Amino acid sequence: MADAVLDVAGLRAGYGPAEVLFGVELHLARGEVAALMGRNGAGKSTTLKAIMGLLPPRAGSVRFAGQEIAGLAPFRIARLGLGYVPEERRIFTDLTVFENLEVGRRAPPAGRAPWTPERLFEVFPNLAEMRHRRASAMSGGEQQMLTIARTLMGNPEAVLLDEPSEGLAPVIVEQMADAVLRMKAEGIAVLVSEQNLDFAAAVADRALILEKGTVRWQGSIAALEADEDVRRAYLTV
Amino acid sequence: MQWDFLLVQSLSGLASASSLFVIASGLTIVFGVTRIVNFAHGSFYMLGAYIAVTVVPWLLEIDRSPWLFFVGVLVSALAVGALGVLMEMLLLRRIYRVPELFQLLATFGVVLIVQDLVLLVWGPVDIPGPRAPGLRHGVVILDQRFPAYELFLIAVGPAVLGLLWLLMHRTRFGVLIRAATQDREMVGALGVNQAMLFTGTLFLGAALAGLGGALQIPRVSANSQMDLSIITEAFVVTVIGGMGSVPGAFIAALLIGQLQAFGVLIFPKITLVLVFLLMAVVLVIKPWGLLGKPEAAAGRVVLPEGILDPRPLDRAGKMLAALGLAAVLALPLLDAYAVKVGTEVLILALAAFSLNFLVGNGGIVSFGHAAYFGLGAYGAGLLVVKAGLPMEPALLAAPIAGGAFAALFGFFVVRLSGIYLAMLTLAFAQIAYAVVFQWVEVTGGDNGLVGVWPSRWAASREVYHYLVAAVTVAAIILLRRVIHAPFGATLRAARDSAQRADAIGVDVRTHRWLGFTLAGAAAGLAGGLYAFSKGSIDPTLLGIPMSVDFLSMLLLGGIQSVLGPVAGTAAFHAAKDFFMPLTDHWRLFLGLSIIAMVLVFPRGLAGAWDTLRRRRA
Repeated sequence: MADAVLDVAGLRAGYGPAEVLFGVELHLARGEVAALMGRNGAGKSTTLKAIMGLLPPRAGSVRFAGQEIAGLAPFRIARLGLGYVPEERRIFTDLTVFENLEVGRRAPPAGRAPWTPERLFEVFPNLAEMRHRRASAMSGGEQQMLTIARTLMGNPEAVLLDEPSEGLAPVIVEQMADAVLRMKAEGIAVLVSEQNLDFAAAVADRALILEKGTVRWQGSIAALEADEDVRRAYLTV
Repeated sequence: MQWDFLLVQSLSGLASASSLFVIASGLTIVFGVTRIVNFAHGSFYMLGAYIAVTVVPWLLEIDRSPWLFFVGVLVSALAVGALGVLMEMLLLRRIYRVPELFQLLATFGVVLIVQDLVLLVWGPVDIPGPRAPGLRHGVVILDQRFPAYELFLIAVGPAVLGLLWLLMHRTRFGVLIRAATQDREMVGALGVNQAMLFTGTLFLGAALAGLGGALQIPRVSANSQMDLSIITEAFVVTVIGGMGSVPGAFIAALLIGQLQAFGVLIFPKITLVLVFLLMAVVLVIKPWGLLGKPEAAAGRVVLPEGILDPRPLDRAGKMLAALGLAAVLALPLLDAYAVKVGTEVLILALAAFSLNFLVGNGGIVSFGHAAYFGLGAYGAGLLVVKAGLPMEPALLAAPIAGGAFAALFGFFVVRLSGIYLAMLTLAFAQIAYAVVFQWVEVTGGDNGLVGVWPSRWAASREVYHYLVAAVTVAAIILLRRVIHAPFGATLRAARDSAQRADAIGVDVRTHRWLGFTLAGAAAGLAGGLYAFSKGSIDPTLLGIPMSVDFLSMLLLGGIQSVLGPVAGTAAFHAAKDFFMPLTDHWRLFLGLSIIAMVLVFPRGLAGAWDTLRRRRA
């Protein structure tokens, strides 16, 4: 795909003797939001980690903005403009909100206005009030916002967002959805792993469904919502 | 006792606390970010002192100004920082992902290398440093004279703490260090080049150690024993403060400084015991130290992988064991020298085997196993020399001594895990060493005791060899039996997951304690046999180098295998015996060998044997 910011082909990865991904194929267009769906253990988080280089791919190709990134160190991948928001948030709890943002800060590509803490506080007003608070004293929802804001400080072209709605109160989930839409409005492509169809429908243009380490279905969100069989086969528990 | 005296005593405690903090802060920062406990930190301290006694007099030749003195101290610190960068790029970078035991051993390899290099460059004679111009006088405080330089040192600690705070909170580098201390993988995923961060951290840590060393030169002469004496204290400070916590190190250094200053008045010779007591109390109440965090030490692989599935020996294994046994029995047919080496190999093999019972089977990485070996030797030796008992009851006392001390120390040790456990075993061993070293009336101090000879019937080398063979082989078979027994399996279960073992009803702590005691008793028995083979005992039997020798034997033999350590001992001791007389730089050689083993040969001889056989099959 010519306009793909992310192109994954034949991706295999696993932990020790356990293979998890068996040739994942996916692509993400520039500025697009795609939902990576599937049940627990289908390989959603593993796919994102393997793309990011946190789990070295065993086979296959990962191209980001036309460049092969499979096998690169995570920091090199991040520097090329791919952001990653982990499922467990992994906020630096000893640091303040401001310092967490500082860790994520990277210069933007030429000609683009950088994300600054002030701009991010517009998107996440809650964070503005607690900029000097230690992250350990924040609620789960606030930490989830901070982890997204921290990744945006790196001025990424695309973001891998792992289960942003998990374990959060409905009000916060709505704010997460707003944040994803704001990222889209800024032209950032987002690959969001998600189990919740409502959330996916609120933010994504397209869905991909993983099962047993391969992509089994893909199509528009509308098509997924219309297709009861697919949902029963791959999503409902 | 007067108030003015107490004040001065307290001030001198503050001065040593200050120095200790400067050194320990570097150690704790490096650990926080790299998760490596850097044994070579003491070597950096020593290098700081040696470089300073070289550079500072040269600068003072130009002009005897206080400023040039401190310029010299700073230059020394920066030079040591550069050496830290070198170590990070050449060695540490390659071992971030290897298990902790190997990291400790590899950095100890650096200690050995630096020791020999220092002797090569600066020679064996202590080098006194110049005193600081402008700070040579005494200051009168409440009628007591107190050295001005000590007052200056008191100010250095808080100054360094303040500067480190600014660095950590007001610079991007510092914020990244703190972030990496918590989650370095995430820092990488945010685009930070960890290699640069780690190199920078090593520069900072080594420079702090170098600064600590350079600041000591007006107080102590640069000498080649500085490294190991300071590293134990620095370990204790970081463990008490909480590994990775700079403010924790500051508090711990203050506590220890005062404890030593006043402890000296009450128990002049055993201040180290007080320090140990403090550490034990802190760790029992707060297992991660005063300001430490559990995550800093948890979730790490301490071991490569231990003994997995002990099986009865197969045919090849049986043949190998029989061959080994035959060789042991046939040795007296060769020359007397072969008998001597053979006897020593047997004894050390028992000690190494007992250590692997802890390490490979129990996952308890003891860094001070020599303590029980040495205490067994002293237990037996003292009975012979001081009480006039014959060999037989003395040999019986050896495992009792080793076991009793292992039970005492182990009571605390088994409460911890991972790197804290390793540090605590090391600290206990150093304390035992210090007591034996300092209690001259009883132990003979540095010189040790002579006249620990076997009974007449066992006096000939050959007969003693067979005695040793009978005892050690029996003990090894017994311990091996324990590994195969349910008790051994329980220890393995606790090693692989203490929580899960706990959940199915295993009393993990008690089992570990018993295992620790048993291993200590076996090491004590080996120590007793060793004493009679040498005819003498001395404190090196309890020293860190001895403990590292044992670990090297395991590493060489392979800790996954039950009998690998025995083979490792034979290879290690034979090689040491062969090479040591040939070179003046055996430590250099040994250090490089340990590093090479960690880098290219991590599964040891048994691993290589396994691979070889699998390839054939």
